[in-house]
Amino acid sequence: MSDVTRPAPRQEDVGRAGRFLFRAGIGLLVLWVLVPIWFLFVNALSAPSEVTSFPKRLWPSFDMASLQFFWNFQGVTRALWNSVKVAVLTMILSIGMGAPAGYALSRFDFPGKEFFRVLVIMTRAFPLPLLALPLAVMFIRTGLDDTVLGLALVHAMLALPFAVLITYSLFSGIPVELEEAAWTLGCTRFQAFVKVVLPLALPGIAASAVFAFVISWNEVFAAAVLTIENRTLTAFLLQSLNVSPLPLKFAGGAALVLPALIFIFAVRKYLFAMWGIANR
Amino acid sequence: MAEIAIKGVAKQFGDFTALHSVDLTIADQEFMVLLGASGCGKTTLLRIIAGLETPSQGEVWIGDRRVDHLPPRERGIAMVFQNYAVFPHLTVFENIAFGLRMAKLPQAEVTRRVTRTAELMHIEQLLKRYSGELSGGQRQRVAVARALAMEPDVILMDEPLSNLDALLRLEMRAELKGVLAESKTTTIYVTHDQVEAMSLADRISVMNGGYIVQADRPTQVYRNPAARFVGSFIGNPPMNFLPAKGAGDGRWHVAGQVFDGPKVAAAEFAIRPEDLHPSEHGLDAEVRVVEPLGPHTLVTAEVAGQPFRAVLESDRAISPGDVIPLAPIPDRIRWFDPDTHKAIQ
Repeated sequence: MSDVTRPAPRQEDVGRAGRFLFRAGIGLLVLWVLVPIWFLFVNALSAPSEVTSFPKRLWPSFDMASLQFFWNFQGVTRALWNSVKVAVLTMILSIGMGAPAGYALSRFDFPGKEFFRVLVIMTRAFPLPLLALPLAVMFIRTGLDDTVLGLALVHAMLALPFAVLITYSLFSGIPVELEEAAWTLGCTRFQAFVKVVLPLALPGIAASAVFAFVISWNEVFAAAVLTIENRTLTAFLLQSLNVSPLPLKFAGGAALVLPALIFIFAVRKYLFAMWGIANR
Repeated sequence: MAEIAIKGVAKQFGDFTALHSVDLTIADQEFMVLLGASGCGKTTLLRIIAGLETPSQGEVWIGDRRVDHLPPRERGIAMVFQNYAVFPHLTVFENIAFGLRMAKLPQAEVTRRVTRTAELMHIEQLLKRYSGELSGGQRQRVAVARALAMEPDVILMDEPLSNLDALLRLEMRAELKGVLAESKTTTIYVTHDQVEAMSLADRISVMNGGYIVQADRPTQVYRNPAARFVGSFIGNPPMNFLPAKGAGDGRWHVAGQVFDGPKVAAAEFAIRPEDLHPSEHGLDAEVRVVEPLGPHTLVTAEVAGQPFRAVLESDRAISPGDVIPLAPIPDRIRWFDPDTHKAIQ
């Protein structure tokens, strides 16, 4: 009797331990992401005196003094406006070039297609610091230095691989038969794209655009190297917050993180699709 | 008026030849079925007629226009796809109206035609729905309605029923036949299902390995296969083949029996399983498997070491191991050339 029943609890124990490990792992990963964010927001939304105090409160006191001071800080609004301009331009450039490339990858067979796909990703393997100096020299020669367009071009280069790959998987998810049906029903290739493919791909394209926006919004290195007067928010914070009091740093950090977080959350479904994680 | 003429059409995909110089003429208002196993080139041929593929060689004529250089929209065709291709972002109404709007027809005419074809396909109660809210059968009805609403000269159908379950397929088959006969269009219909082909077609083009092996009326294709392949592909169970040895003067020895045949050097004997009946003298069949199917019994046997099937009356008791003489109906015997595999007339 006991011989028969003995293995059962053991297996249960193994299962329980496995589940515990699994949950602990998940908990650890979640904390890894959430603790810094929590830390940032608690400090940003607390009174300056609380920032340096210990222990921390779990919930901020919603004292707006730090944020108010940050907002009125000389040059912040201008840098914010620059960030928005660069990010919007990056969005337009990367989708304008990335979506057609993604469409071509999904619909046409051309020589070197696989190589092109690898090449698109390879651009991300190229370290930006290596590129920054020659780029800065070239920008100064062509007059692109310290301009919104110049920086947007660099950011578009960073965002393009994602734009190409997201739109590629997006267009691949739309059956060719739908386009073919449209052709037999009187559409030119372009009309079929506009009337059938685009409406179906639009949410995903918007998501990919938002992602490009966030990449530009968060980018600090190129922004710091290539601009002087027309600094974006990241470059501006890097420059001026080094010498600022702690509450101000937290307020600046929160102001940077919040839009990126909201946008990424809004388009998470499409980013999962790009990385091949089955969603739903 | 839309007679379709295919002249010497060939298609290569790299090293692979999908179609070898195909010639075919389809009469106005004819229902032509392209029948063959997958990879035989039937879909490629259909897509070339539609303009979704360009032929490597040859000409396609619809009516009195050469169309092989024209895009699909200028060919006067409508197509029904295997996976329906109903636009998911449009309602059923707008799906059916899609081509009419592209043709810039007035709204009254669009509404009239959409309503009429929707009634024809029994989907008038679904006009406000989206594709995602429809079943497979309903989607296929929308796809057919969308094609019919164009009032095209030619309707092309690429295995339109193959994604439906068996019962629905039977129902849609009968309905399609009626609707298409009424619409007076020329129809080209691709399928791998021989029953579908037999039941729908005015003429069947049996395709194999990129060739049209035979293009004829269904009964002709069944009774008088132009090639060994047609006999072995069409019919369930397919035709039986036995080697024959010439006895001179058009007489042939087949498994110990003597039959009258063609006066040629070499020939192969062929008979359909249902054209056999038990008799005192006949081909000695050693029974292997007996499958009673209700109206008749399917017997799998061996004749002179060759696999051999017969469809017999179900009231006769047969068991494995029996040796029964099976006599073929004389005028149903067919002969094939063993080298070219073509029928000997």
